[in-house]
This record gives sequence, structure tokens and C-alpha cells, in this order.
Amino acid sequence: MNKSIAIRESFGDKFFLFLVYAFLIVVLIIVLYPLIYIVSSSFSSPRAVISGKVWLFPVEPSLAGYRAIFNNPQILTGYANSLFYTFFGVLINVTMTVMLAYPLSKSTFYGRGFIMLLLVITMMFSGGLIPYYLTVKSLGILDTRWAMLLPGALAVWQVIIARTFFQSTIPKELGEAAELDGCTDLGFLWRIVLPLSKPILAVLVLMYAVGHWNAYFDALIFLKSQELYPLQIILRNILILNSIDASMMVDANQMAAMQGLRDLLKFSLIVVATLPVLALYPFVQKYFVQGIMIGSLKG
Amino acid sequence: MQSTGALEAKKPKLARSNKPLLMKGTSKKMKRHWQLYLLILLPLAYLIIFKYIPMYGAQIAFRDFSPVKGFTGSEWVGLKNFSDFFNSPNFWVLIKNTLIISLYSLAIGFPAPIILALALNEIRSMRFKKAVQMVTFAPYFISTVVMVSMIILFLSPRLGFVDLIVKLLGMESINFMGIPSYFSSIFVLSNVWQGIGYGAVIYLAALAGVNSELYEAAKVDGASRFQKVINIDIPGIMPAAIILLILNVGQIMNVGFEKIFLMQNPLNTSTSEVISTYVYKIGLLGANFSFSAAVDLFNSVINLILLLTVNYFARRVSDNSLW
Repeated sequence: MNKSIAIRESFGDKFFLFLVYAFLIVVLIIVLYPLIYIVSSSFSSPRAVISGKVWLFPVEPSLAGYRAIFNNPQILTGYANSLFYTFFGVLINVTMTVMLAYPLSKSTFYGRGFIMLLLVITMMFSGGLIPYYLTVKSLGILDTRWAMLLPGALAVWQVIIARTFFQSTIPKELGEAAELDGCTDLGFLWRIVLPLSKPILAVLVLMYAVGHWNAYFDALIFLKSQELYPLQIILRNILILNSIDASMMVDANQMAAMQGLRDLLKFSLIVVATLPVLALYPFVQKYFVQGIMIGSLKG
Repeated sequence: MQSTGALEAKKPKLARSNKPLLMKGTSKKMKRHWQLYLLILLPLAYLIIFKYIPMYGAQIAFRDFSPVKGFTGSEWVGLKNFSDFFNSPNFWVLIKNTLIISLYSLAIGFPAPIILALALNEIRSMRFKKAVQMVTFAPYFISTVVMVSMIILFLSPRLGFVDLIVKLLGMESINFMGIPSYFSSIFVLSNVWQGIGYGAVIYLAALAGVNSELYEAAKVDGASRFQKVINIDIPGIMPAAIILLILNVGQIMNVGFEKIFLMQNPLNTSTSEVISTYVYKIGLLGANFSFSAAVDLFNSVINLILLLTVNYFARRVSDNSLW
């Protein structure tokens, strides 16, 4: 009797497990297929793309789409600009974050409750888009590279993550010992805390970098000059507004070929624009997960 | 406010020393740690300039803003901008569109990562589990511009594979992006596609923290896998779920500008125009600063009220709340 119950239950469990696997495989396919479709299309010929021949693997493999990208000065400028904004943006972000998060992690820091309150208020309430825009405008940095670096110099959430990390990993006794030995606060931060904080620095760098690389909103409202546009704005113009300046179509004479190339270019552009993040994906995923974990400790 | 904070921080010592001595101790400590105060100057300046000055500037919602006169010099008009908004024909359309999109997002987008996490938690094969996690997390890193481009490409009646499927089923091509009633579904489902893996991370962590003795006890009692999910896993992730639900509800009126703005086209604006896109168009493109600041402020205040209300109820009915 005992045995029969065990068998019946295990059948139910097996069936349940089968459903779980089936569900996850469906999810896997739904998430994966569009990504594969994009990559495969980008390596196909213009003709195959517009006639809908691409299903899974590249059809009539060609690099025409990628060649068109590298012949387009607009895209290359955008790429360079995005690298610039990401590099210097992250530099400013991480420095500012540590500068604020480290003092806030010290229990002896007078006024830290007040500053935490200042931070939390900004998470719950903001002045809104218009006053934000007018403030940036009154600083005189509209349509300059500064407009891409300064308004987002600090993210409150990242400060909280860094603070939580400092609090939980840097032993208090270490700071006291260093103080007794005559080490200044800055010296301690530079020589002891930062070398011990490499994991959190990696989390901050990657979170901020992905943010900068993918952002388009600040550029949309603050920038007017084409030569300052980051890649995402160029992408928007080409992919969504469908405006490609004619100069890039130099090697395509016929209308049909132009249309095909234009469509193909979209797929290649998506791949090229996402490449930097995808190349780092294993690290990015690992450190993002860590960041979420540390954030949820206090959250 | 500053002084009460200080007193609270020093409470343990207060018991042993009298007040003047404490004040002396604090200023001494501040002097000794002057470098820490030097450090926060720059970030503090940032907070004031880019967060608090705009907050102060939100008062233009009550004024007739002119760029020459600035935030405080412009003429005070009281609630005129607000009543203009409430009485405009756009008001109910905007509220309706915003609420439909956000409630729809909440209804689908909130449970989706929970279901994924619960399913993944059943898998014993670490390789399969890792693979699913790796793949489902990836779309999170696709930028909004690329995401919307992908949506438009896939759904285009000429190019996308969705169209190929539609034709395979023997139907006519459909211009998905041009049909107003499809807008919210496209927005919400693509959000789920992009965010499900990211959202599941926190629940997987909560599930990993469930006491394994509970599973053993359930096994002894002859519970099935499904019963374990219902009686152990779901209560296990409840605290995390409630916190996230509070945060989500506090954002109900904030349907992301970035994605909706990019998905808009002249054919679908009847359902795709939401408060944030309206503020951008009226305010920045139309230079109608005060009116759109009022619309924005109205929106922020509603959000804040929602957040506080939900938090209040969550604290009353369960032990989980933000504060």
C-alpha cells in the first residue's frame, strides 16, 4: 500500500516537473528566437532579408549591412561619442558615488541621517522634467558635452548599494586601528577601503556604463548639434524615424537595392550597437546580480 | 531636524555624559574627520543643483513662467495651470491611457518574474537552470531605442517574422503599430520579454534563502512538488514580493516616457499619449513651461500619495513595508 502511494505521488510530481520543463523551454525559445533572428538577418543578403527568407540561419551570407555601417560617418561619430560619454561618465559617476557613500557608511559621521533623508526624498519625489531642463539650461551647458556628464553624475540607488557594501564588509576595527596609527580618513579610503572594495567598484562601473551606453533621453532634450549625438540618438533617427542621409547609399544605385540595404542595415546596426554590452555579458550579468543582492539587503 | 538627528545618533553616550560635553565631543569628532566632510561637498552640491533646485523650481506650476524672470520672479497665478489641465479635453484621455497601460503592466509584469523564479527553482539540473537564467536576463541590457526598433521591425507588415506567421495562418498582413487598441499589449508584452529575467533574480535569491528543513518536513508529510510550491515557496518570497509591489504601485502614474515616446506614431496616439509624453511635447517642444510643469507636478503628487497609502496598508496587514 505504501508503495502504491509512492508511485502515484511520484507520477504527479513527474508530470508537474514535465510541465515546468516545458514551460521553461517555451520561455527560452521566446526570449532567444528574436535575438537569433536579428543576428542571422544581419549577416544575410539584402535580398534575403526583404523577401522574408531568413528564419533561423543567415541566408546568402554577406557582410553588406556591416559594410554600410562602416561607410557611414554619422554612425561612426555616434559610436565615438557614446564611448566618450560612457568612459568619462562612469569615471565621474564612480568617483562621486564613493565620495558620498563612504562617509555615509561611517557610524561616526555626524549628519548622516540628514543626508540619507536628502537622498531618499529624491527617490520619491522630483521637480519634474521642465524645472530640470530649465536648471540645466540656466547653467549654460545645453548642447555641450557637459550636459551628457553632469546632470546624471550620481545615482542615488548606486550610492545606497555602495554604502551598504562598505558598511557590511569593512570592519569597524580596521578603521579604528588605522586611526590610531595616524592614518587620515582619505588615506584609509584610498589605501585600505578601495582595494578591499573591488567587487562593488565593478558593480558600480558596469551598472553606470550600461546606463550611459543605452541612454538617449538626456541627449534628446539637451543636445541639438549632430556632432555631439550619442549612438542611441543616431539609432533612433535611422531605425525609428527612418531617416538615413543619402550619402551613405553611395554604392547602391537602384531603388530596390537601396531599400534592401536600408532594411538590412537596421539589423546590422542593432547588433553593432548592442555589441559592447554583449561582449561583456558574462561579467555584466554576474555583477548586476551582485548589485541587486546588495541593494535588496537594505531595500 | 539636523539637531534631533544628531541627538539620536549620540543617544548611547548621552546616558553617561551631560549635554555640553556631548556637543564638544561632536565638534571635536567633526574636526578630526574633516576630510570626510570635504568628500561629500561635491556630491552634496550635485544633489542641490540637479535635484533640489528643480524641486524648488517646480513652483513654476503655480506661476506664469517667463525665462527672463526666472523661477521666483515670474507672476503668481495660483492654481490656474492646474484648472486649465483639469478642464482640457485631454485630461481624461491622458489619465485613461496612463492608467490602462500601467495597470496592465502591473497585472502581467508583476507576476511574470515570480512564475519564472518558481519554475526555475524546481529545476535540479544546474546547467539548464543557469542557461535559462543567462538567456532570460540578456534582453534587459538591450537599450530602449534598440528594443523599440526590434518591435517595429518584427511587427512591420513588410519585413517582420510576425508577419510571416500571420500570413502562414492565412490572414492578411496587419499593421500592428498602427492599430491603437494593440498599443498597450505590445508595450506590456515586450516589457515582460525584456524584464522577466532581471525581475526573477531577486525572487530566486529569496527562494535560495528558504529554510531547507521546511522541504524535508514537507517530504516526510508526503507533500507533492506542487504543494511545496504553494505552501513553502510562495510564502518564502512574499516579503520580497510585497516590497516590490509597493514600489510598483508608487510608480503607477509613471509609465516610462522613454519607451512609449519611441513607440508612438501618428496612427496610435489616441491610446499611446500618456502624461509623461504629453509633458514633453507641450513643455519642451511647445515651450509651454508652466502648464506642463503643473501636469508633471500633479502626476508626481499622485504617485507620492499612492506610495504612502500602499505602504501604510502593507504595514498594517503584514510586517513588510518600506518604512
